[in-house]
Amino acid sequence: MTLTESPAAPAPSSQRLTTAKAMVQGLELEMARDDSVIYLGEDVGSYGGIFSSTTGLLDRFGPERVIDTPISETAFIGLGIGAAVEGLRPVVELMFADFMGVCLDQIYNHMAKIHYESGGNVKVPMVLTTAVGGGYSDGAQHSQCLWGTFGHLPGMKVVVPSNPYDAKGLIISAVRDDNPVVYMFHKGVMGLPWMAKNPRSMGEVPAGDYTVPIGEASVVREGTDVTVVTLSLSVHHALDVADKLAEDGVETEVIDLRSVVPLDRRAILASVGKTGRLVVVDEDYLSYGLSGEVVATIADEDPGLLRAPVARVANPDVPIPYSRPLEYAVLPRPERIEAAIRKVVGA
Amino acid sequence: MTTQAPGRPTPPEQRPPEQPGLPHTPDDETRLGLYRTMVLIRTYEEAILREYHVDKGPGFDIGKGLIPGEMHLSAGQEPVAAGVCAHLSTGDAVTATHRPHHLAIAHGVDMNRMTAEIFGRETGLGRGRGGHMHLFDPDVHFSCSGIIAEGYPPALGQAFAFRRKGTDRIAVAVTGEGAANQGAFHESLNLAVLWNLPVVFVVEDNDWGISVPRSVSTCVPSNATRAEAYGMPAERIEDNAVEAIYDAAGRAVERARQGRGPSLLEIHTLRMWGHFEGDAQAYRVDLTDVPGRDPIPTYERTLKAAGLLDDEAVSNIKAEAATRVEEAVTFAKDSLLPDPADAGKYVFA
Repeated sequence: MTLTESPAAPAPSSQRLTTAKAMVQGLELEMARDDSVIYLGEDVGSYGGIFSSTTGLLDRFGPERVIDTPISETAFIGLGIGAAVEGLRPVVELMFADFMGVCLDQIYNHMAKIHYESGGNVKVPMVLTTAVGGGYSDGAQHSQCLWGTFGHLPGMKVVVPSNPYDAKGLIISAVRDDNPVVYMFHKGVMGLPWMAKNPRSMGEVPAGDYTVPIGEASVVREGTDVTVVTLSLSVHHALDVADKLAEDGVETEVIDLRSVVPLDRRAILASVGKTGRLVVVDEDYLSYGLSGEVVATIADEDPGLLRAPVARVANPDVPIPYSRPLEYAVLPRPERIEAAIRKVVGA
Repeated sequence: MTTQAPGRPTPPEQRPPEQPGLPHTPDDETRLGLYRTMVLIRTYEEAILREYHVDKGPGFDIGKGLIPGEMHLSAGQEPVAAGVCAHLSTGDAVTATHRPHHLAIAHGVDMNRMTAEIFGRETGLGRGRGGHMHLFDPDVHFSCSGIIAEGYPPALGQAFAFRRKGTDRIAVAVTGEGAANQGAFHESLNLAVLWNLPVVFVVEDNDWGISVPRSVSTCVPSNATRAEAYGMPAERIEDNAVEAIYDAAGRAVERARQGRGPSLLEIHTLRMWGHFEGDAQAYRVDLTDVPGRDPIPTYERTLKAAGLLDDEAVSNIKAEAATRVEEAVTFAKDSLLPDPADAGKYVFA
């Protein structure tokens, strides 16, 4: 700011927002900045997104840019792809990641592959936003994370914010990226008034525009005894557990991956190099997924970094059950995280 | 031009009554152009056929030779490409199928780079990453997909973007008749009418979904019926007749350009050869009739009877096509294969 500027009503430098509101604010800034950004999906207009991912955007930008679609995921995700190819920057919402089954061809055979198949001549600057995660008894078809599945299929970046600051910075980065980016928001981190929430679902967010780099993990808690590599809602649980264990003298370092693709392998290696112990907490399925990929990163690079066997806390390859005690048994709840850390550090 | 928000469809009762478009009768120059395009496509497919089978032996190994992999050639389907693409400019989009060469050529895709792609060369449209089912030429907004019916949805997005930019450009989305039984087909038709998108849907009915005849796969005699149920004008064109295709496509393209929404054309065409090269077609009951249904000699006779062609003109047109095609084949063969060390290049921008 210079002295010649009007001194009236300075914009607040930061506000306290929920993750959902921070995400919407990022979208709002990008839509205001770039007329080619549009938002498409089911119930994203007057409803504002089932998980509040678009609240207020229709009022501000109108139905030409914030567009309710029919329940035709193949058609409207494909529409997003074609529009991106022709120079728009569509953000397309798949209401639940679980619904990928009805439209996966457009996602992995088209959105993700066109750039490669065209030898780099065609870009698909599109964001696919989608809600993930369980913990509120929504059953086996509305509770999955599936980031390992998206991450397994080449050609799309995959980002998974856990908090308001990252939600805003990552959505801005995603919109500006020339690649397809899958932006996966856990319902449990959005700070929704109708769902149990961790205090970490609300936080300080700078008012202006900023980015969080895609592919860069964040050390959200420093520690010396054990590294917990995790993401999304499990970051909240891991931090709670880390606070509790600190009372017993166990210093836990918590890494929030923030991006699944590209995976910040250097951050994982650096932390495990420091602590010598690794626990991976992943709400997705155990086998053939992210937790195995994190462990393989150590095995590939330097298994000698480990002073103890690793532990993985993930869904034990079970469809997510409806009944609360059953669901809690398969999710990486704080009790399971704590037990895994204690086992790895021998405490 | 209709200026309605895409999120706010016009209720059917408020849509203007459908005015049938005026016939598009090709003039003499256009008729010769249609013939030339068909000859160029056939010449191209015959050259690819020839090159494809080089070094496939002993026996037939699909992965060997100058052109490896599946090869779906479009001989017999030239009238579709010639008749539809005659109405397009390079600013219009075309999305094609696993059998894309005829449409690519008719829409003006760079033939050298397309051929180099089919030969898997670094100079190809996709630098050898795509192959013959994955041809992308952004200069003319051409793309294709190897997945049945899945080329329709991206075409909606291209049409959406063209309209949003305030242009009168359109998208032409092509599938085969087998694709009309896929969900993507129906979702796309609904959305295109709902949002009044400038799209022309084309269904190439070549009677066969690989080995399954239409009678075994499809519950309606004409997919035009299905399209009409979604509220768009549609027609089925019989006999692979290039001038009838030209006429119907002209009306559909004009309608889309004027902002009056999508149309569908189902064209009964002819797959002269196998589903892919190496297909023995033992299932094929109609094979003996095929030579008599070849659309190129048929149209040649028509144009000769009209006094537009004689033997000399035919041989000149064929010679020109051969020169053009062989130039492309030479360009491809003279190009380098990609460096294996670069296999990971272009996954991300």
